Amino acid sequence: MGHAMKRKEDPRFIQGKGRYVDDVKLPGMLYMDLVRSPYAHAKIKSIDTSEALATDGVLAVITGEDLKAAGDLHWMPTLMSDTQMVLPIEKVAYYAQEICAVIATDRYIAADAVEKVVVDYEPLEAVVDPHLALEDKVIVRDDKDKKTNHIWHWEAGDKEATDKVFAEAARVVEQTMHIPRIHVSSIETCGMVANYNKATEHMQIYMTSQAPHAHRTVFALVSGLPEQKIQIISPDIGGGFGGKVPVYPGYVCCAVASLVTGKPVKWIEDRSENLQADSFARDYHIAAEMAADSDGKITGLRVKTLSDCGAADAAANPSKFPAGLYSICTGSYDMKAAHIAVDGVYTNKPPGGVAYRCSFRVTEAVHMIERMADIMAHELGEDSADFRLKNFIRPDQFPYESPTGWQYDSGNYTAALEKAMEIIDYRALRKEQAEKRECGELMGIGISSFTEVVGAGPSRDFDILGIKMFDSAEIRIHPTGKAMARFGTKSQGQGHETTYAQIVAEELGLPASDVQVEEGDTDTAPYGLGTYASRSTPTAGAAGAMAARKIKAKAKKIAAHLLEVGEDDLEWNVDKFQVKGSPDQAKTIQEIAFAAYTNHPQGMEAGLEATDYYDPPNLTFPFGSYICVVDIDSGTGEVHVRRFVAVDDCGNIINPLIVEGQIHGGLTQGLAPALFEEIVYDENGQNLSGTLADYLVPTAVESPKWETGRTITPSPHHPLGAKGVGESPTVGAPPAIVNAVVDAMWHLGVRHVEIPMTPQRIWSQLREHGVTD
Amino acid sequence: MLLVHFVREVLDLTGTHIGCDTTSCGACTLLLNGRAVKSCTVFAAQADGGSVETIEALAADGNLHPLQEGFWEKHGLQCGYCTPGMIMSAKELLARNPNPTEEEIRRGISGNLCRCTGYNKIVEAIQYGAKKQSESGEEVSA
Repeated sequence: MGHAMKRKEDPRFIQGKGRYVDDVKLPGMLYMDLVRSPYAHAKIKSIDTSEALATDGVLAVITGEDLKAAGDLHWMPTLMSDTQMVLPIEKVAYYAQEICAVIATDRYIAADAVEKVVVDYEPLEAVVDPHLALEDKVIVRDDKDKKTNHIWHWEAGDKEATDKVFAEAARVVEQTMHIPRIHVSSIETCGMVANYNKATEHMQIYMTSQAPHAHRTVFALVSGLPEQKIQIISPDIGGGFGGKVPVYPGYVCCAVASLVTGKPVKWIEDRSENLQADSFARDYHIAAEMAADSDGKITGLRVKTLSDCGAADAAANPSKFPAGLYSICTGSYDMKAAHIAVDGVYTNKPPGGVAYRCSFRVTEAVHMIERMADIMAHELGEDSADFRLKNFIRPDQFPYESPTGWQYDSGNYTAALEKAMEIIDYRALRKEQAEKRECGELMGIGISSFTEVVGAGPSRDFDILGIKMFDSAEIRIHPTGKAMARFGTKSQGQGHETTYAQIVAEELGLPASDVQVEEGDTDTAPYGLGTYASRSTPTAGAAGAMAARKIKAKAKKIAAHLLEVGEDDLEWNVDKFQVKGSPDQAKTIQEIAFAAYTNHPQGMEAGLEATDYYDPPNLTFPFGSYICVVDIDSGTGEVHVRRFVAVDDCGNIINPLIVEGQIHGGLTQGLAPALFEEIVYDENGQNLSGTLADYLVPTAVESPKWETGRTITPSPHHPLGAKGVGESPTVGAPPAIVNAVVDAMWHLGVRHVEIPMTPQRIWSQLREHGVTD
Repeated sequence: MLLVHFVREVLDLTGTHIGCDTTSCGACTLLLNGRAVKSCTVFAAQADGGSVETIEALAADGNLHPLQEGFWEKHGLQCGYCTPGMIMSAKELLARNPNPTEEEIRRGISGNLCRCTGYNKIVEAIQYGAKKQSESGEEVSA
């Protein structure tokens, strides 16, 4: 642990020998392409597939009617126990919705045949604004008994106590903010190769899946195929970030196509399809209020939020949490009371709400609390760092019970912020800002001191479609002392082949190079809930440590047998058991492994292996402080991020190199929605940002040179003292940047800027506040 | 037929990847007649009679190219999907400019999108590759 070792998985990637789903080629493989709706809301009067079917090379066209006839497969359950159309029969509910699937002998023929399918639509009025949707004038889901767009209402905290705090407050600030729709846009899009063998009735599926076991169970329940006859292989995945957690209609059509034809069928979506129809992230409309007393101590938080879910509630949340872990939004601050109310609503947009690198709505929560803290600090005329230091939960208050029911495991917010301030020389920057202000230059400093909540999760509260959110590890040591370790998670670039090997190496003294880590094949890996929400280290990493400890306990018995001593006479020393007081009498783990197969004690089972299914007792709470310095061009409104210091605390670190990579990547994915990315619809529900030419993923030019630092506050309940880390930066970065921009213009009267903070938005505010250049 | 499909499906060289449909992401970058091109926007027929170099060419003799070494040493990749395109762009960049500044590197790979790394370590990987190439006095050609 703690060793910055080079990654074990890299040799194949740097040589172009990775195996991604689109690299899979099976004999006789067919290609599937999808006809998609050009309307956001329309009745389907007819679908004419005759010309497509008559085309040479086209084997089948699957419509909603076909799926219905095959056993009501035209609808499927979502992860939030709503229903979603696989292929529509009566009407379409979002732009780019899948209409029918064309299966052909090559991808070019399939693409041409898609153009030959004639769909007669009767366009309907679309409802795009979630506030308008609440008026129920245009109903998105007329398949429901209750003709309303309102899906659910959810509350957390204590309304009465919060209202009292606000009534008694010395100061109240309020702000509305919209966290717009964005897209994960991993460089590999989604896809599948489904391979049904009619003779053996076995369905083999290669899938871009972050959670292959959960997907296998869902497939079994929906299709009726026996679960032991379904194998899902998640090979190398080119980035997930939450976008490869939902089950998309394309996957279902691909599997059905293979069932029907008895041949392998490949479906790989185009980038445009990916951006336009796949599950979006965010889209929260927030109205927040913060209360403080006369000493500038935060006393309460009151929040109302509208969650725009699109045409189905297909959010990827644990089932009891329709608004995810949003109630973490009291953040790093100690306060008396809080109340949060969220409403979910249907609109004519793609369904979803993936947890895009944010552990279930934590980005929205942190954006809100860090903006509110900054607004309050500025309103009170206090320095934004000093305001936070005054209001932080203190180290002696941990484990901390938040006003909305979270038990934070550990934290030291003061240390992280002070370290960030030291690295960036904060006080000097404030001096510089004051000087620049005199000359009319716009320089801003923004802070974000976030608390994340990751590692879902304890079985008493956390399940996805009823499956509890434990995770697993299975470790087997071979006679020659080499190990195989399989896990229920699935890396999409996070480096598990290396970090898990490091955990096993640390626990058992084997070199990490002798530990072969595998994930992703449901036939061999133990059951797990997959990788997202920064849960792998907290759950499967913990399972790995616990399984290794079971092995160590057996190894001790074998060592005692070999050395002819009692177990109590032995002590562990890095990679061997030695006799206390007589260290030259020892057996290495390799010698013990060999003995497990050749010389084990009579009455003991041979072999040296263990499995652990780990039910975490709590989530883990990584945290950090980020400080961003911006210079704004008052002529163009362009924001230049001059410096960005990120101090993160994820508890004990397994591999510092990998942690740093995760932080850099998350920071760029946090910068992106702050400045560039937004999914935009017109009033008819047409997607205006549906290709990478319009949806602005940052390049190496836009992405700043990130500076990072660490503090280490271990988790008291995790076997390795570790917390998750991959999402902290995506969560913490956006408000740091917004706070910096607003700070730069606060003296002009600017209070808030919505994201993405395009030059147009900033320039407009500057004009409005009398700055012309 | 697009050059990227020809390389991936006819030649069975799947190291070159597809990431978009608007010539935006660069995952399909390979060297055509020594120049880095996005092979999704080139017809296979346009490569007729020319030389095509993909990621698979770099360690063909069993030794990693300095850039490949750099990506491994400096953790310049996570999911690996943008990596072949990134390395091929970097290879051509170093052939034109063996000693680039950080800004020149960032500009040189601005046609290659990465979602995982935040680019810092890709820049370090390319700096490593540049340094190794000039130290070994290797003939630098694209």
